[in-house]
Amino acid sequence: MATLLEISGLTSHYGRIQAVKGIDVTVQEGELVALVGANGAGKTTLLRCISGVQPVTSGSVKFAGEDITRMSPEGRVALGISQSPEGRQVFGPMSVEDNLRLGAYRRSGAAAIKADMDRIYEMFPILHKKRDLPAGTLSGGQQQMLAIGRALMARPRVLLLDEPSMGLAPLLVAEIFRTIVTLKEAGTTIFLVEQNANAALAIADRGYVLETGSVVLTDQGQALLANEKVKEAYLGL
Amino acid sequence: MSAALLQYLFSGLTSGAIYALAGLGFAIIYNASHVINFAQGEFIMIGGMASATMVAAGVPMPLAIVLALLIAMAVGVILEKFAIEPARNADVVTIIIITIGASIFLRGAAQIIWDKEFHSLPAFSGENPIAVLGATLMPQSLWVVGVAGVVIVALWWFFNRTMFGKAMLATSHNRLAAQLVGVGVKKVLLASFALSALLGAVGGVVVTPITFTNYEAGIMLGLKGFSAAVLGGLGNGTGAIVGGLIVGIVEALASGYLSSAYKDAIAFIIILFVLFFMPNGLFGKRGTDRV
Ligand SMILES: Nc1ncnc2c1ncn2[C@@H]1O[C@H](COP(=O)(O)OP(=O)(O)OP(=O)(O)O)[C@@H](O)[C@H]1O
Ligand SMILES: [Mg+2]
Repeated sequence: MATLLEISGLTSHYGRIQAVKGIDVTVQEGELVALVGANGAGKTTLLRCISGVQPVTSGSVKFAGEDITRMSPEGRVALGISQSPEGRQVFGPMSVEDNLRLGAYRRSGAAAIKADMDRIYEMFPILHKKRDLPAGTLSGGQQQMLAIGRALMARPRVLLLDEPSMGLAPLLVAEIFRTIVTLKEAGTTIFLVEQNANAALAIADRGYVLETGSVVLTDQGQALLANEKVKEAYLGL
Repeated sequence: MSAALLQYLFSGLTSGAIYALAGLGFAIIYNASHVINFAQGEFIMIGGMASATMVAAGVPMPLAIVLALLIAMAVGVILEKFAIEPARNADVVTIIIITIGASIFLRGAAQIIWDKEFHSLPAFSGENPIAVLGATLMPQSLWVVGVAGVVIVALWWFFNRTMFGKAMLATSHNRLAAQLVGVGVKKVLLASFALSALLGAVGGVVVTPITFTNYEAGIMLGLKGFSAAVLGGLGNGTGAIVGGLIVGIVEALASGYLSSAYKDAIAFIIILFVLFFMPNGLFGKRGTDRV
């Protein structure tokens, strides 16, 4: 398997506060990798660095062997790095369909884009039903589906998901995780960030545990689930 | 309706159309950057001065107008590239002060490149007034309102039917999400200055046959465009248009029925009134998700 995403010694700051303190993470093609950690551990900051919307202080981000540490965010999207951000961040006043269409902003080929949109509507029929409504009128779960759908419209080579289960009712959480598994089975490479460590590690090939900006543990997903330290700290067992 | 009232309405709608274009210019830049560009009025002045002086120098009017619009757009792009872009990490207030500095610079430059005199363009379809129910309408007023209408429809099409327009809108709604789908935010900012400059200059060109223009003409026009944008709700396109028409009409009525000394005060009064009593303007209710 080829290494798709390779993060080495990455650090990042907000002013003087170091939020990410020298992280090494790799994601292989076709893998589902989970990154779990408590509130404020630096998960979102790491994803923002990967997408290029957060300055990197030192270290590097490589994608398919190419150093992209200084590349613009739009350049990274064109390369195939697509993110569904924390808090969904849909374009509230714009229609569901416009939101999805904007997900394919860096692509050309109207027919292929249309076909992908139909695929997303098939995956999330409720989005098709509400395609002409402003995205801001959707429920939290529907907005999450839209955020994932919008990210998929870029035809990502790696899909970054930041806390897709945040604030959702248990039934919806289960549905979102089922969707993630389906995407993985279809061959999508996924880097999943979650506070819901239990659910994330259960479906992940590999996992990383992040604590105050540093990776403290990494192993197979199932192994981390069984790890006593992880159980104690993150699974509430 | 009395002929006098009709006369004031004609005049109010004519100036209102120009304020609406200027107000849209404020809105577009505000949406892309949250910056209030106080050099917006100078785009109007440049449109008027450049076209008027070129026509006076013998350039055919259609060519002079196109060149004037291009010059204004180039000034907008240069302003963004060399004054706004380098300061993009500064806070918004700093950038607004930069735009005030730029407006002073542009007025100075206009004085040097052209002069301090008033300039005019010939009216596009002659000077024969049209009589309407006892009031008179200058053909140029129809040009002003008609051109503003066409520009507004074109803008609507741009923002609702083209991908780049939608990307600009998306950036105004959620900058981070726009970056994450691959919208180049720098390009959006540059385009917003070019577009705002174009809107201002179009207004400047069509109104110059009626009002004349000089290097300082942008101050008042910019201020009135700003009051239109504030009245409509900063960043709201429809609001800027309605706001512009209201400012124009109220101003015409006040100078007609009270005293023309009040004409320029109306815009100030509207700005103060809105700031005190309805800070979101008529159409603004933008929430907290805007960075
Ligand atoms: N915009 C910001 N300005 C200053 N500090 C920030 C900012 N965003 C995050 N931080 C700080 O950086 C650290 C890491 O935050 P980050 O959002 O990456 O954590 P997280 O693991 O995603 O947390 P959560 O699970 O709550 O989303 C935290 O200490 C946080 O307070
Ligand atoms: Mg987070």
